[in-house]
Amino acid sequence: MSVKTHNKTKLVPVNRSVALLPERDASVSPILECIDLGVTFGGLKAVDNFDITIGRTEIAGLIGPNGAGKTTIFNLLTKVYQPTHGTILLDGKDIHGMTTAQVNRAGIARTFQNIRLFSELTVEENITVAMSSQIKYNMASGIFRLPSYWKGERIAHERAMELLSIFHMEQFANAKAGSLPYGAQRRLEILRALATNPCLLLLDEPAAGMNPSETAELMENIRTIRDTFKIAVLLIEHDMSLVMNICEGIAVLSFGRIIAKGSPEDIQSDPKVIEAYLGRKKEA
Amino acid sequence: MKQKKIKFSGDLLTFILVAAVYAVVAYLLYGGSLTRQFSNMIIPISVYIVLAVSLNLVVGLLGELSLGHAGFMSVGLFSGCLLSIALVDVLPMAVRLPLSMVVGGLVAALFGLAVGLPALRLKGDYLAIVTLACGEIIKNIITNLDFTGGALGLNTNPIYSNAKKLLPYAVILVLLTVLVMMNLKRSKQGRAIMAIRDNRIAAESVGIDVTRYKLTVFMLAAFFAGAAGVLYGHFFANVKAATFDYNMSIEILVIVVLGGMGSIPGSIIAAIVLTALPEAMREFADYRMLLYAIVLIIVMLATNNPTMKEFFHRISPAELLRRAKKKKAKSLQKEGA
Amino acid sequence: MTHFIQTLISGLSLGSIYALIALGYTMVYGIAKMLNFAHGDIIMIGAYAGIIAVAQMGLPPLIAVLLSILICALLGVLIEFLAYKPLRQAPPLSVLITAIGVSYFLQNLALILFGSQQKAYPTIVQLGQVTLGSVTIDGITILTLLVTALIMVVLSFFINRTRMGKAMRAVSEDKAAAALMGISVNRTISITFAIGSALAAVASIFYGMSYIYIKPTTGAMPGIKAFTAAVFGGIGSVPGAMLGGILLGLIEQLSKTYISTLWADAIVFGVLVLVLVVKPTGLLGKTMNEKV
Repeated sequence: MSVKTHNKTKLVPVNRSVALLPERDASVSPILECIDLGVTFGGLKAVDNFDITIGRTEIAGLIGPNGAGKTTIFNLLTKVYQPTHGTILLDGKDIHGMTTAQVNRAGIARTFQNIRLFSELTVEENITVAMSSQIKYNMASGIFRLPSYWKGERIAHERAMELLSIFHMEQFANAKAGSLPYGAQRRLEILRALATNPCLLLLDEPAAGMNPSETAELMENIRTIRDTFKIAVLLIEHDMSLVMNICEGIAVLSFGRIIAKGSPEDIQSDPKVIEAYLGRKKEA
Repeated sequence: MKQKKIKFSGDLLTFILVAAVYAVVAYLLYGGSLTRQFSNMIIPISVYIVLAVSLNLVVGLLGELSLGHAGFMSVGLFSGCLLSIALVDVLPMAVRLPLSMVVGGLVAALFGLAVGLPALRLKGDYLAIVTLACGEIIKNIITNLDFTGGALGLNTNPIYSNAKKLLPYAVILVLLTVLVMMNLKRSKQGRAIMAIRDNRIAAESVGIDVTRYKLTVFMLAAFFAGAAGVLYGHFFANVKAATFDYNMSIEILVIVVLGGMGSIPGSIIAAIVLTALPEAMREFADYRMLLYAIVLIIVMLATNNPTMKEFFHRISPAELLRRAKKKKAKSLQKEGA
Repeated sequence: MTHFIQTLISGLSLGSIYALIALGYTMVYGIAKMLNFAHGDIIMIGAYAGIIAVAQMGLPPLIAVLLSILICALLGVLIEFLAYKPLRQAPPLSVLITAIGVSYFLQNLALILFGSQQKAYPTIVQLGQVTLGSVTIDGITILTLLVTALIMVVLSFFINRTRMGKAMRAVSEDKAAAALMGISVNRTISITFAIGSALAAVASIFYGMSYIYIKPTTGAMPGIKAFTAAVFGGIGSVPGAMLGGILLGLIEQLSKTYISTLWADAIVFGVLVLVLVVKPTGLLGKTMNEKV
């Protein structure tokens, strides 16, 4: 299996939101840059003027009230929606014109707010299917079971087991994904995303429906994943304790626009953020 | 170290069983102990098995509905048989028939590509309608062309062969179709196809090229339908394009649904039963289609409606057996106590 | 020129029939989000109902028409109740296969009940011909056009102005939210099927009077073509179904006259494929985005 490398590019980033870059990533070019990104649905600006920079091993958070456009941003980054304007640079390369599948192969993997597993496939298959572009054998070899088939399948199996071990889910390998309990399905989605060998992992409300102890465990896991795979993570989350705990940079979205950006401390004391979440205090 | 168990999948068992059944059929056929009625059914049944298994690739694996399978069969049949007729004095059957099957299959696959291209944008109901329309267009075109024999049909008398001569080719085609479907399911391509079926957006998000796989499935299914068509054409002295209409596509769909979407053994058994049944009970010919329709509806209700699902589960043989065992165990316990 | 105008007029007449059928498709698709494959076959049942009522039972034409409408409406509701309602939560593929099963069931039931021999549709009304210069128009053509236009106006009013119409639009937008607002989703869908099937009965009357001969498979092709018309106009849109139906009728009639009768079906199906592929949202439809 070939491991993708993400070469550093010479492109000099425009000086945007440096506050979001953790120190260790400051010297290298960022993995993701969005410049003036926006999308309009039927005249309504769902996302506008979205600028963000994410460092190569950063854990970044995207927060905001319901309907602020957070998931829309994920859909723009993964090309489920086409941006109306703006640029997305992944590792310095413009992903304009790429399809969802191509963006994934270029290095962005995601999970979904409402779980989208391949429910009729087994847990292991859910992971190996995500390695499709890394397993090198063609259809004829698959049908006639040539040596390249066995080799590819063996590597895929081993790698899947390795990934499953992150969440101690090896014993579920042959269970149907749809039959897993809710929490396990969320974790499987993360593993499936990781299996595509990404350089940027997008997590859409990974802690939704989890209790505090599960959330705490998940936080640890996200850090472990970042440290093991040396990748950047961008997550949408409503659980503020999680966000404030593990995110190094946070962007706050309200009505499709970034209203604040910075470290967790900055965000917590920002009056605009408090206003967006709690509403403006009316002068009596 | 975990022990690696050699798993006999149900599909492999099916493959072996099919081969065994054909061996028996061949023994009986060449031994001359088969009735005329029975030996006349072998080739049509084989053709329907190939049609059903290949349509199952689209319906069961990809999760899309194709209502134009008979159209692909027709394209393959006419192009392959025309080639075979042209070569009838040049090549011996052992070369001519496989060659024309491959050519017929390839032409059908080309049409599959042409129909599949719109499939890039469509899914569900719209795709089903487009395949239906394409099947009807194919029928219309072949009926209106001169070199295909037009409305009177193509005279395939020069290439006509009986079941005894065609059986080996039928066996190879059936086994090849089963092999492809079986092994595809367990390869990376098959997984990708099933992933598209389960959740298209998620499949795209893990880098699967949905368009490419959809086209592949359409072409592969059309190839086998076309090749089966060529075999079918060699078994008759005359073939009309009008035979391969929307109704025939539905018949193939009934086989797939009845056998269970995605199930190879199911498709094979259903193909045998539904092809042999009308022969066996000719007096009920009028009610056959009505029965198909009812079966189609009941199977759908039984597999999708929670209440009906529960009901059918309770009266299924496996469940009855389980309960009988439980009862027995209980009574044994009582005796023991 | 006369020939051309004559063709246009018969195209309009055929198009009006398609439009009536398309209205049923578009309403059911818009509200129940399913392709009711059996819709075309309801036309066939309606036509047989008309034949039996007039030719065998000797009922007066007006009563026969009403009876045929009633039978179709009830049949539509019954089909929905027995076959589609249990599948509200099922995947679309299963619903589609069931609908195909229902269509097949109706066709073969009619084959057993009425035989494969085609039957002649009775004359419901005697209408003369209108001659404008050198162009002769059948009275039935004019009636078809008028009734179709009237139905479209009434239906638009019903959907946009009445309580039930509002409920339908609400269910079409969001079933769950409509239910929370106190709308009975099941009843709304039943009524939609009743109206759609009643329109199919009306279509069957004009079809019968224009084309005379009815057999068990009569409904299948007009059904599929009318579905194209509904998609052409934009699924879910009443004026769209009307526009799509008329355009398709014109295309079919023009290709029959100026190209070839033999190729007419291939051309219409070609248009169908083209429309679905190039503009699946139709002329007057709105785009629907899958929610991620």
